[in-house]
Amino acid sequence: MSLSQDDVRRIARLARIAVSDDEVQESQSQLNQLFALIEEMRAVNTDGIEPMAHAQDVMLRLREDVATAPNRRDAFQAVAPSVENGLYLVPKVIE
Amino acid sequence: MKWEVVIGLEVHTQLTTKSKIFSAASTAFGAAPNTQTAVVDIALPGALPVMNRGAVERAIQFGLAIGAKVNRKSIFARKNYFYPDLPKGYQISQFELPVVEGGAITIQVQPAKGDPYEKVINLTRAHLEEDAGKSVHEDFHGASGIDLNRAGTPLLEIVSEPEMRSAAEAVAYAKALYSLVTWIGICDGNMQEGSFRCDVNVSVRPEGQAEFGTRREIKNLNSFKFIEQAIKYEVQWQIDEIESGRKIQQATILFDPDSGETRMMRSKEDAHDYRYFPDPDLPPLVISEEWIERVQRELPELPVAMQARFAEQYGLSAYDARTLTASKELAAFFEATVAAGADAKLAANWIMGDISATLNREEKTIADSPVNAEALAGLIKRISDNTINNKTAKDVLKKMWESGDAADVIIERDGLKQESDTGAIEAIVDAVLAANPKAIEEYRSGKEKALNALVGQVMKGSGGKANPGMALELLKKKVG
Amino acid sequence: MNTLKQQIDALAAGQTTSVALVSECLKQIAAHNSQLNALITVDADKALAAAAAADAARAAGDTRPMLGVPLIHKDIFCHEGWKTSCGSKMLDNFIAPYSSQVAENCDAAGFVVVARANMDEFAMGSANENSYYGAVKNPWDQKAVPGGSSGGSAAAVAAGFAAVATGTDTGGSIRQPAAFCGITGIKPTYGIVSRFGMVAYASSLDQGGPMAHTAEDCALMLNVMAGFDERDSTSLEHAKEDYTRDLATPLAGLKIGLPREYFAEGLDTEVAAAIKAAVEQYKALGATIVDISLPNTKLAIPSYYVIAPAEASSNLSRFDGVRYGHRTGKTGNLDDMYEQTRAEGFGTEVKRRIMTGAYVLSHGYYDAYYIKAQKVRRLIANDFQAAFEQCDVIMGPVTPTTAWHIGEKNADPIAVYLEDIYTLGVNLAGLPGMSVPVGFASNGHPIGLQIIGNYFSEAKMLGVAHQYQQVTDWHSKSPAL
Repeated sequence: MSLSQDDVRRIARLARIAVSDDEVQESQSQLNQLFALIEEMRAVNTDGIEPMAHAQDVMLRLREDVATAPNRRDAFQAVAPSVENGLYLVPKVIE
Repeated sequence: MKWEVVIGLEVHTQLTTKSKIFSAASTAFGAAPNTQTAVVDIALPGALPVMNRGAVERAIQFGLAIGAKVNRKSIFARKNYFYPDLPKGYQISQFELPVVEGGAITIQVQPAKGDPYEKVINLTRAHLEEDAGKSVHEDFHGASGIDLNRAGTPLLEIVSEPEMRSAAEAVAYAKALYSLVTWIGICDGNMQEGSFRCDVNVSVRPEGQAEFGTRREIKNLNSFKFIEQAIKYEVQWQIDEIESGRKIQQATILFDPDSGETRMMRSKEDAHDYRYFPDPDLPPLVISEEWIERVQRELPELPVAMQARFAEQYGLSAYDARTLTASKELAAFFEATVAAGADAKLAANWIMGDISATLNREEKTIADSPVNAEALAGLIKRISDNTINNKTAKDVLKKMWESGDAADVIIERDGLKQESDTGAIEAIVDAVLAANPKAIEEYRSGKEKALNALVGQVMKGSGGKANPGMALELLKKKVG
Repeated sequence: MNTLKQQIDALAAGQTTSVALVSECLKQIAAHNSQLNALITVDADKALAAAAAADAARAAGDTRPMLGVPLIHKDIFCHEGWKTSCGSKMLDNFIAPYSSQVAENCDAAGFVVVARANMDEFAMGSANENSYYGAVKNPWDQKAVPGGSSGGSAAAVAAGFAAVATGTDTGGSIRQPAAFCGITGIKPTYGIVSRFGMVAYASSLDQGGPMAHTAEDCALMLNVMAGFDERDSTSLEHAKEDYTRDLATPLAGLKIGLPREYFAEGLDTEVAAAIKAAVEQYKALGATIVDISLPNTKLAIPSYYVIAPAEASSNLSRFDGVRYGHRTGKTGNLDDMYEQTRAEGFGTEVKRRIMTGAYVLSHGYYDAYYIKAQKVRRLIANDFQAAFEQCDVIMGPVTPTTAWHIGEKNADPIAVYLEDIYTLGVNLAGLPGMSVPVGFASNGHPIGLQIIGNYFSEAKMLGVAHQYQQVTDWHSKSPAL
């Protein structure tokens, strides 16, 4: 399984990271090396093995339905790049 | 070419919890922007989700109400995509193993042509997920404003099988689902505030073809009227496209109520590659048998069961029973009216008739009716005991509505008791008969209903106070 | 040389003050940090003010043992009012508006935060060469790497900038820098230390833990850091423990498993020798050695390098320039803003892992890669469980080699991944693991012994390490700066 440069561009787009042509080339070769490493894993027999998502066999804990979070807008928006009238500003969203 | 329409609905219902699904911020509508956001809702680095028990409870209530399977174990998954109203860059939803699977809803369809009919629509699944924030539409000098108050509100996404075959069926299903979720109290039903939002999947295929055609998804319809209009437009559009030789491309589209047309959303390439995977921050949701049993016990009487009971207990027609159980509040109003002494059939007629008409006109719900159940029962009892006739009663109701006074008070104050003294009416009856020889002749020659029209004249002559039943009897007696 | 234990005792006995301790730290930092680059933020005024307040509180009767003790946090733990950069340009301007559980616990214990430690960007790296703020130098050889991702924390402790630092470990990021810098560090069982406010790299693998000179210090520190937190759904409702309770437990009868796969080809001979010497020391203390096998050891590398990037690619999506952090100055539409912000804000290794992650989760590859990796993960966890049937703790090297030279492996990032072979499996299984200094190579580079325990056996592991540290003095050596 080998990535093409188109694959690299497509993934970069999925991940919303701008990549230059040089970067595409470098990423392609490094990603392909990593995938060569990962290929070894695919050959291993895992029939009947359950995927392990969590280290412990735990269940989801539930929180009581009470609205206790304080309004911290000022503190949270103090670190925002662009805010107006309490709203986060972004380049125009077109639907 | 005869076309068959195939429709499936995905409905997003906001759940009536006080706090969000993964944070303790409030879900109240209408707050100043970004004032109901916890660390999790802003997706600050290091934020982690914690599940709201109330959201799970409501999912279980829904699952049991539609006879679905409530999965004892279900998994939360991340749906990854970039959008400014999605602060984490992923939505926590459920993918492979949802909390509710299967189930069915019976719908009453009012087709454009033909008689009303019933149909059972099967559901595929219902799952819990979080709502996104909102983009504010005003232009901030070329920028958009994002409000995350709504981000994290719990949603139950309810997915039907693609079993609807017309706009009428789709609307009927949406209405039935709406009725059910508001009935059991898991959703407040406020469509203007976005509590109940429908995505409609529409495709067409030649009649008789087994494979489905390519479907397009109309997103975010928040009124039954729009659902109907959007489907009708889209179906015609698809048929026109195919008949012009073009193929339908899968797409997500929006309905523009102003133009009545559907149009493509700005293309979200790779929007379909959501890279779902189980959320490592959330272990599996495990629901115990005890929990399910308790919810089952505590479920209110559901509409279908109540309709059957109304038909039997109060002798109502199926149609009347359905109409009166449109909401739990309306049904309760009806039962309270009967419990306060009113005749069931009269109560049904008055509630479905004058009461509902006035409420609709004034854009109120039954909860806001200025005439409560006891007051209405008071009015109906006066009809039953012949104190007033039906027409007078309508006027009395109007006055009750405006003044808040009881029926008896108004009847007494305005001297509205109907005249049941035969002596008083006889004179009027004689006068009317004298003025209408043709009617007498028609009646005598077999036309049963010929005298009915004269009742109105007797009523007029008595200033509306004559007992109409008695007037008719007298007319008939005198004619012979 | 000051340990946490010594500082606690001295403060309690009135033999020193917080101001004195903090001043000493600041002096060391001023003298050596510019060479070592172990720290991103130092706030001398804030630290001295806090120290003075601590001394006043102690005089007024506050008897908290850690009150006034200097501490350094890895720059990954949100701490309200502190720049929390995660070693990244993306968060260079981010002053945390809230605190992590770890920071809150340390504040509650009375620690005085002196500085914030450098780290590999978003915890991705094994050499602390991937930081926006530049590489950290190993205090034992300033041409060598300190290890990563908690390289700054390890170097800071080794250089005497503080007696204790917090770190995080996703694939070895506490254990490996501890080994490279000649200090002690422990990654507890997954779920013991809350991840609330600890910026996520790979959610199912990340754990916070202490780094210090001694096992005893680590135990004292773990007592502060650990504990159930309802704000973290993966935090375990495990009864509060005293991790110092087994420090004095004698080791007679202890069964130590040595996995043959950890002593196969690739292991540097000097490292092997130091480990073997340590094992001999353990035998002298009464332990017996058992030969065990962890057959799927090598598979930890591909499994980890699928799972960790997958989770990271999703965790790092929130860095989009909208609500905090870096936003590009370039104009454009929304997608341009996202793409430029993220291209500018993230370093090369982070971008590489995000892309890897996006790929293995993408349509058509999920089963073949992600699910497969999760199955292999279970095989590895099963291997450990089988091994623990035969032994109480497992020991082996932390890394195949000692610290390499800065820049040496830049051309071959994959080669760096292979160095993680002994540590990755522990994270995949969620087990506790620690690193204990056991000697030096001929080039002066420290060597660490890894101790791996079964779930919730931190107290026993710390005791096993402590007993070794009672009869050896590797942990009390200091680099010449």
